[in-house]
Amino acid sequence: MNPYRRHPVIQIATVLVYIFLYAPIVVLILYSFNASRTNVTFEGFIPRVSERVEMKGSLVQAAPCGAFHWFCELSKNDDVIEAAGNTLTIAFASTFVSVIIGTMAALALQRYEFKLKPFSQLSLYIPIVIPEIVMGIGILTLFSQLFGLLNGALGLTGDSRLSLGLGTVIVSHIAFSVPFVTLVVQARLQGFDKSYEEAAMDLGANEWTTFRRVTFPMILPGILSGGLLAFTLSLDDFVITFFTNGPGSTTLPIYVYGLLRKIITPQVNALSTVWVLTVFIAVLLLQMLQSREQKQH
Amino acid sequence: MLQRLRENKSAQGTLLATPTMLWMLALLIIPLLLTLVVSFGKRSPDGDVIYTFSLDNYIRLLGYSTDCENGQASCFNPLYLQILWRSVSLAFNTTILVIVLAYPLAYFIARAQPKRRNTFLFLVLIPLWTNFVIRVYAWMMLLRKEGAINIILGWVAGLFGLDFQPLEMLYTPGAVLVGMVYEFLPFMILPIFTSLEKIDGSLYEAAADLGANAIKTFLRVTLPLSMPGVVAGTILVFIPVMGTFIVSDILGGRQVILVGNLIQRQFLDARDPTFGSAASLILMIMTLIVTYFYTRKFGFGEEIVVA
Amino acid sequence: MASEFAVELRDVVKKFITPEGNELNAVDHVTMQIKNGEFFSMLGSSGCGKTTSLRMIAGFEWPTEGEVYIEGKPMGHTPPFQRKVNTVFQSYALFQHMTVFQNIAFGLEMEGADKNEIEKRVKRALEMVQLTGMERRKPKQLSGGQQQRVAVARALVKVPDVLLLDEPLGALDLKLRKEMQLELKALQQQLGITFVYVTHDQEEAMTMSDRIAVMSKGKVQQMGTPVEIYERPANRFVADFIGESNFLEGTIKSLSKEEAVVFVPQLNAELTGIPVSDGLVNGEEVTVSIRPEKVHISDKVLDVNSFTGRVTNTVYIGTDTHVFVDLMGKQIKVFEQNRISRLDPGSFYSIGQEVILVMWPDNVLVLKKG
Repeated sequence: MNPYRRHPVIQIATVLVYIFLYAPIVVLILYSFNASRTNVTFEGFIPRVSERVEMKGSLVQAAPCGAFHWFCELSKNDDVIEAAGNTLTIAFASTFVSVIIGTMAALALQRYEFKLKPFSQLSLYIPIVIPEIVMGIGILTLFSQLFGLLNGALGLTGDSRLSLGLGTVIVSHIAFSVPFVTLVVQARLQGFDKSYEEAAMDLGANEWTTFRRVTFPMILPGILSGGLLAFTLSLDDFVITFFTNGPGSTTLPIYVYGLLRKIITPQVNALSTVWVLTVFIAVLLLQMLQSREQKQH
Repeated sequence: MLQRLRENKSAQGTLLATPTMLWMLALLIIPLLLTLVVSFGKRSPDGDVIYTFSLDNYIRLLGYSTDCENGQASCFNPLYLQILWRSVSLAFNTTILVIVLAYPLAYFIARAQPKRRNTFLFLVLIPLWTNFVIRVYAWMMLLRKEGAINIILGWVAGLFGLDFQPLEMLYTPGAVLVGMVYEFLPFMILPIFTSLEKIDGSLYEAAADLGANAIKTFLRVTLPLSMPGVVAGTILVFIPVMGTFIVSDILGGRQVILVGNLIQRQFLDARDPTFGSAASLILMIMTLIVTYFYTRKFGFGEEIVVA
Repeated sequence: MASEFAVELRDVVKKFITPEGNELNAVDHVTMQIKNGEFFSMLGSSGCGKTTSLRMIAGFEWPTEGEVYIEGKPMGHTPPFQRKVNTVFQSYALFQHMTVFQNIAFGLEMEGADKNEIEKRVKRALEMVQLTGMERRKPKQLSGGQQQRVAVARALVKVPDVLLLDEPLGALDLKLRKEMQLELKALQQQLGITFVYVTHDQEEAMTMSDRIAVMSKGKVQQMGTPVEIYERPANRFVADFIGESNFLEGTIKSLSKEEAVVFVPQLNAELTGIPVSDGLVNGEEVTVSIRPEKVHISDKVLDVNSFTGRVTNTVYIGTDTHVFVDLMGKQIKVFEQNRISRLDPGSFYSIGQEVILVMWPDNVLVLKKG
């Protein structure tokens, strides 16, 4: 009996679901080479011409970058560059903080008994069981009320007033990332045999050395996957960012959303294509790293 | 000092958990309490909050209206109840559809040869990690009148010499449903896969040994054991669908208004945070009730973290 | 100045709270003295408090009451990394992310030894456990027996005052386990380091130990050499736990300085000439115990403690044959060594056969009740 045998119905369903998953992405990429300026329908690829740029109506007849016309335009778009920078800044900063404090919390919840432990554990599930928009408007209310009070109390005016911006977005991203980091690291710690730490202490290492030399390297994979999760959650986030960003802290998802309500050029597709390919390469590299690590053990 | 901390395990634990707990307190719990307070407030003419204790917002949500035809002072207007109901039924339909699509795929991957499993999973992760907004946009490109689906349908119709009128698919409830299913499908595939993969292969052999055929084995062994995955997936799908406003905003146009859109508009366009907060609390209570009853019946699987 | 005792537990109690919220004395007023250079075992079934006692010596747990002394110094709440004892863990607890070399070097690094010295001492430790050339391997690339040796080397390289071993051979198969028992014993004799060994395997404890503490329910039931514990068990628990015993209930009928007479109502007979232990009183209810291999099957009635019974079953187990004899409704186990070939079925006792059991007075023990 072949343990991997599968019913043909399952196989057909699988193929269809994969098509469903990938058709939109393929179309998205295809349209990023669209000659049509308005991107309403696909009008063929853009030919390459090295000398002159000639335009007729809504079509890009020829452009210096040829088929990659929209990618060239994208690289010249300052708004996109700024949004990309913001997105990465927010993702790195929020991941950095949430990994550190989340790992600490995971250690506390897995290793120690303390009064507020049941409450702490429960509160980690809040972001999972509450819709993001509820969190988003709650945080927005908090910031606007708090800033209103502080601005009034400190007599801040004009540009020195506290307002929504990169800081508020980062702080809010940490809030929804930390529970996930904590839960992932906690899951890793669950299978962690305490005798490794006891062995280190037994051999003369104090608590800090034990953590640095034994515990940390052993739970590092868990911390990394928690961090990766936090990073992708932050990159992907729309709702929380939508309610907590301010002038100058636009992220790529917010920028794209703004465009969708106006005129869409294939630049958006070019941006999406770059995004998809980046994700693809990142995930691929990660998988390769992981399988190499698995082979070593 | 160090010696005392070393011996006080409880203090160590509290200390380690403090930063995270402060964060959760400041950015989850206090905002929720603030939302509660604001929802009992009243809107001032310039869009600020007047703190008071008023149930007006909730009464309005339940259908009490002062904006009536034929000069009545008040009347019943089910507009908001309809929005709530639409959100719940959309979330329900989306969840069912997602389970139907996700299960065979998860089953396929779980029973694929271990070497290939990672590749198949990888293929599920790519769309998931492609940005949420971009994914909605992709469906816009597919569904619009001049979009990819109509082009393909037109081409097929042309092959048979048929006359083809492009279908109006964008800005319909169907478009919103498809968009939601697409957005949240991976969140169902991963937990179901995780719980299916955990099933010990010898259970299948035991079932076969005891005389169960493939269908009976599936119904009596595989399905019950994969329920934790389905439960976790349902929570990961149902709750966000209830609160999402982008999908309906972009794929539904102004036609499909969900509770998420309602809340968003109160905060940004209509500038009535008190009413928005009340709607938001109602949304939260609804999701909590659903989660409570659902998990009480089926348990709360750890699969939820895996995804 | 070294103290006479390497380790001393004085009236140590360790309380735990069970998940149900009850208080439990995992270790209940234990006092024991372990001499320098001794191979000392704590023997008992799971939950008897042996591992908790060991962990209190290592410093992973602190006593609720009483005190642990190492080399005469009270340990109080001294953390493990400040105690001159090292542990070989049941799971070995080898650091998976380090090589064999790095594992063994870890403890020396913590002492701040310089690179050359570390290299020299790790090399010597690996020679000692016969793993030369394995320095660069990761623990996962070693067999169970090799991992076990690395664990021993890692602990011994620090030259501890006391080496603590928590069921270190539990994960090995029988044959390897027996080899390792002898190796560990040889290593201990060669190094002269005090070993404190925790095991649930009585044969293992007997094979290796100079002295054994038999533990049950958090208490030390008996402490002594293997011979003392087997031949003179202090109570019914020890007699039952170590080896096998036949027990008979009886009353002391007469008592002199050298010997006692016990009346056993079950057999409606007296056992005479039994050696006397301290604290017995005339008329006291006692338990009489005799090892199955010390019951003699005779073909004629002798003048001491002879009883006629009927064979109910025989079991052939290679080295011995176990014969079960019914003595007036009381089942008695007898082990007879197979000194002759048993290929002929006629060499076995047949079921229902009448036999005479002789219990030589020197082989019979009187144990206090309770």
